Amino acid sequence: SENQNGLIIETEMLDSNKDSLKLEAMKRIVAMIARGKNASDLFPAVVKNVACKNIEVKKLVYVYLVRYAEEQQDLALLSISTFQRGLKDPNQLIRASALRVLSSIRVTIIVPIMMLAIKEAASDMSPYVRKTAAHAIPKLHSLDPEQKDQLIEVIEKLLADKTTLVAGSVVMAFEEVCPDRIDLIHKNYRKLCNLLIDVEEWGQVVIINMLTRYARTQFLNPNVNVSITHMYEDEKAEVTTLEKRKPYVMDPDHRLLLRNTKPLLQSRNAAVVMAVAQLYFHLAPKAEVGIIAKALGMFEPYLKSFYIRSTDPTQIKILKLEVLTNLANEANISTILREFQTYIKSMDKDFVAASIQAIGRCATNIGEVRDTCLNGLVQLLSNRDELVVAESVVVIKKLLQMQPEQHSDIIKHMAKLIDNIQVPMARASILWLIGEYCEHVPKIAPDVLRKMAKSFTNEEDIVKLQIINLAAKLYLTNSKQTKLLTQYVLNLAKYDQNYDIRDRARFIRQLIVPTDKSGALNKYAKKLFLALKPAPVLESPFKDRDHFQLGSLSHLLNAKAAGYQELPDWPESAPDPSVRNVEVKDSVCAERTVLTGPEGAGNRKRGRKAVKNQKSASESESESESSESEDESEEESEEESESDTDVRKKKVGLDWNRILANYVVNTLHYIQYTAFYFFK
Amino acid sequence: MIHSLFLINNAGDLFLEKHWKSVISRSVCDYFFEAREKAVEPDNVPPVIRTPHHYLINIYREKIFFVSVIQTEVPPLFVIEFLHRVAETFQDYFGECSETTIKDNVVIVYELLEEMLDNGFPLATESNILKELIRPPTILRSMVNTITGSSNVGETLPTGQLSNIPWRRAGVKYTNNEAYFDVVEEIDAILDKSGTTVFAEIQGVIDACVKLSGMPDLTLSFMNPRLLDDVSFHPCVRYKRWESERVISFIPPDGNFQLMSYHISAQNLVAIPIYVKQNISFFETGSSGRLDITVGPKQTMGKTVECLVVTVHMPKVVLSANLSATQGTYNYDPVTKILLWDIGKLNPQKLPNLKGSLSLQSGAPKPEENPSLNIDLKIQQLAISGLKVNRLDMYGEKYKPFKGVKYVTKAGKFQVRT
Repeated sequence: SENQNGLIIETEMLDSNKDSLKLEAMKRIVAMIARGKNASDLFPAVVKNVACKNIEVKKLVYVYLVRYAEEQQDLALLSISTFQRGLKDPNQLIRASALRVLSSIRVTIIVPIMMLAIKEAASDMSPYVRKTAAHAIPKLHSLDPEQKDQLIEVIEKLLADKTTLVAGSVVMAFEEVCPDRIDLIHKNYRKLCNLLIDVEEWGQVVIINMLTRYARTQFLNPNVNVSITHMYEDEKAEVTTLEKRKPYVMDPDHRLLLRNTKPLLQSRNAAVVMAVAQLYFHLAPKAEVGIIAKALGMFEPYLKSFYIRSTDPTQIKILKLEVLTNLANEANISTILREFQTYIKSMDKDFVAASIQAIGRCATNIGEVRDTCLNGLVQLLSNRDELVVAESVVVIKKLLQMQPEQHSDIIKHMAKLIDNIQVPMARASILWLIGEYCEHVPKIAPDVLRKMAKSFTNEEDIVKLQIINLAAKLYLTNSKQTKLLTQYVLNLAKYDQNYDIRDRARFIRQLIVPTDKSGALNKYAKKLFLALKPAPVLESPFKDRDHFQLGSLSHLLNAKAAGYQELPDWPESAPDPSVRNVEVKDSVCAERTVLTGPEGAGNRKRGRKAVKNQKSASESESESESSESEDESEEESEEESESDTDVRKKKVGLDWNRILANYVVNTLHYIQYTAFYFFK
Repeated sequence: MIHSLFLINNAGDLFLEKHWKSVISRSVCDYFFEAREKAVEPDNVPPVIRTPHHYLINIYREKIFFVSVIQTEVPPLFVIEFLHRVAETFQDYFGECSETTIKDNVVIVYELLEEMLDNGFPLATESNILKELIRPPTILRSMVNTITGSSNVGETLPTGQLSNIPWRRAGVKYTNNEAYFDVVEEIDAILDKSGTTVFAEIQGVIDACVKLSGMPDLTLSFMNPRLLDDVSFHPCVRYKRWESERVISFIPPDGNFQLMSYHISAQNLVAIPIYVKQNISFFETGSSGRLDITVGPKQTMGKTVECLVVTVHMPKVVLSANLSATQGTYNYDPVTKILLWDIGKLNPQKLPNLKGSLSLQSGAPKPEENPSLNIDLKIQQLAISGLKVNRLDMYGEKYKPFKGVKYVTKAGKFQVRT
């Protein structure tokens, strides 16, 4: 009721003639909204003031309207005429704000009014109003997706705008409404590249991300066949592939994008820097990627920047650890390991566990230090903290799998640990290790099994499964000593509460103990159990997200977020570059047209050497003809198959036609190609 | 892009909400509270939290969580940078960004948020533009406003929105024209037990306070620009001039702004102003330990080290500290386990020392790790990298401005391992 009283007071204040009282009332109401209190009951009193002369009262009324219009649609309509009048005001500020509020009112009935307002604002004299129009486009689109086609027309118009003020906002609208309409970008590509440096920071990010996608559909892969992951490993292989291939010449428009984004690496805004970095990562020739220090090799001089402070937040610690692990090589590994040693003493136990994993990964990747790492980890086995010991056991197990013969002393050492370690994962790891390499520790293994048989019923499930495993392996290699123990363990397991364990026991008994009924598998039991197993690969928790555009939310989460636009693969052959040509009267692009004459175009096509202008021009003509023929043949095939009722057949037919079309195109290319050499 | 914003204080109170599209129930923050609880320390809250229908991207600043709600793909850094910009704008407007100032100025805060985003996409984020749209509060103005009922909101469109210099307002007029530049360098370092530098680098910024009439075009040059190889600039700086001539050429925003930041990582350029001799040990028996720390000057370039503070995060088992300091005061907080020794000015003739015993929880095993020491300090009139401003030239205006440059060095993340 107190709230009710308050609302009455505010209603009275709003009805008064004094602007100061109205303002005070509106301030109280906005404060309520900010705190998340419901102020919707005041709608009738507030909406009356929408035409108030006092600009601050009016502004707060707008804030209120946008917040509650959706809930009070009928009343909200009362205010629409005020905004319609505002749209015609001589003052651009008022026109813009009227459009902003009108387009923010989420009431379906005014969609036609909104559409009209946006269309008009898109041709307004004032770039600020046009910017507001660009902002209004996604609002209307989310309110009524059926307006999409009309909105795309407005986007097309605004994309042609030459002011930096509009550029970022309209590309944003493009990304929300029609991100697949790459064709709308062609004519504006060079202009966007050239405006980029003067666009505000947020717009820069959006434009750069969009242009990255655009470039991936229009240009050729500058790294030809050398995939990025192999960049630093097989330099030699790359040379040979290059020798076989024709020289690659970068499209001048591709170059333009790389050149114009580079200075933005100096932006104060981390999002802009990241956008440029991902653009270079996805688009630049590998030799140039270095400028963003992307390739991990490039981070190496900054190794120490990734050293960890005890005050770093845990996620930063883990990320730094990841970078350090990836940077480790023969030359710096001793420095890195020394650094890791200090981390193991940290009070943050999650971080210690991650550090031990990191040591394990260094040991796998760099053979030279495997023994050093292993010794270090073995020392950790006497650590006071059980979690440290457990994590070490797990990592050691994986390392030992690489060369077990040399390390039977470590296996012995670990066998002794089973008396002390309680962490189930670690116990299971030790048991697996003893079972797997029981031949290296023939005296200890049966004794461990004896102890385990005693404690079987009290163990965790993962440990029980490994006890059964150990028993089976010993039975197969040393049945004289362990036959009875194994029988005992299997009997215990047979009556376990967990059905996985009961199943496993039954299964293993059938496999290893020969009976009349046991089938052919029995003969292979030894092969099955004691097969040579490949050592596990210690992997980065950050792997496997390469397919997402770098720096995107999806990349961070390693899961596709709604609205994520796939980064397309490079095209096999470049689409026609002339689509980006703009009439010469366009001052922004005047200097660029020189770069994209027929010579530039001919150059790229399948690496054919530059010839006289005429020739290459005729060539690209015939090529476009051939691609037309491809389209035709596809259409035909579709028509044919329409009549076909069998869906599967239809698909096969389509594919076949596509292959045929490709064949025709390729033959045409071949003919051109030979003709070219003939005439030369 | 950014759907909604919630401001949440350290105690978990949600004290402000703003929606740029339709309203999202504040119950979405439950996922945040869950993550907050799991993280223990506020710094450890993951910046991106996934919920069934939304993504929460948050920053923690000035003891406030800025939690934004996202529904579709957007570069996370974009949102994080924007949230920081919001916090900076509050700081710029109210002198500090705190729960109290935000609550006291809730209407202005709401108006600012309204201008900064439209439909979730950044609209006006430049301080100069915002200040023309929404005037910052001053005591005098708020008094006048209450009496006359006049407004805080600008009546005309900021000209900057339309010109090629969107960061500067037009028609700036001062009777005293002045331009001040503060070169602030922070040393980030890790020293090992023996005092050897494991790692050191300098994070520098040049903060500017420019109050010049009209449209001044400034050029700032350095004696030794080669020191700077990793720099980032305010959008007003002309990249090309920097690339070709190594000078900072710009038309400044009006008022306070950060002109540039830089990063010097070459070890030989990073002087370490102090050394720390320390011995912290815990005994196997008796539930006690000893602590002995001495701080002395190392490479101070003849300047005085001030505001020296040593902070130690003790292991959980340390119950109390019984110490004596030859200079300054110390305090051990048994709840947060933080030992704070506030030394003040470093006197090279009489080195400050902190010594005494620590008592541990009885029966608990002795801590595995010795805690590291975090150092805070300040040196006036010195840029530790040796960076020096050569001159500041002004073009485009006729008056003679008053110019000044100040240098200061601070400890950044300066840690001594023990």
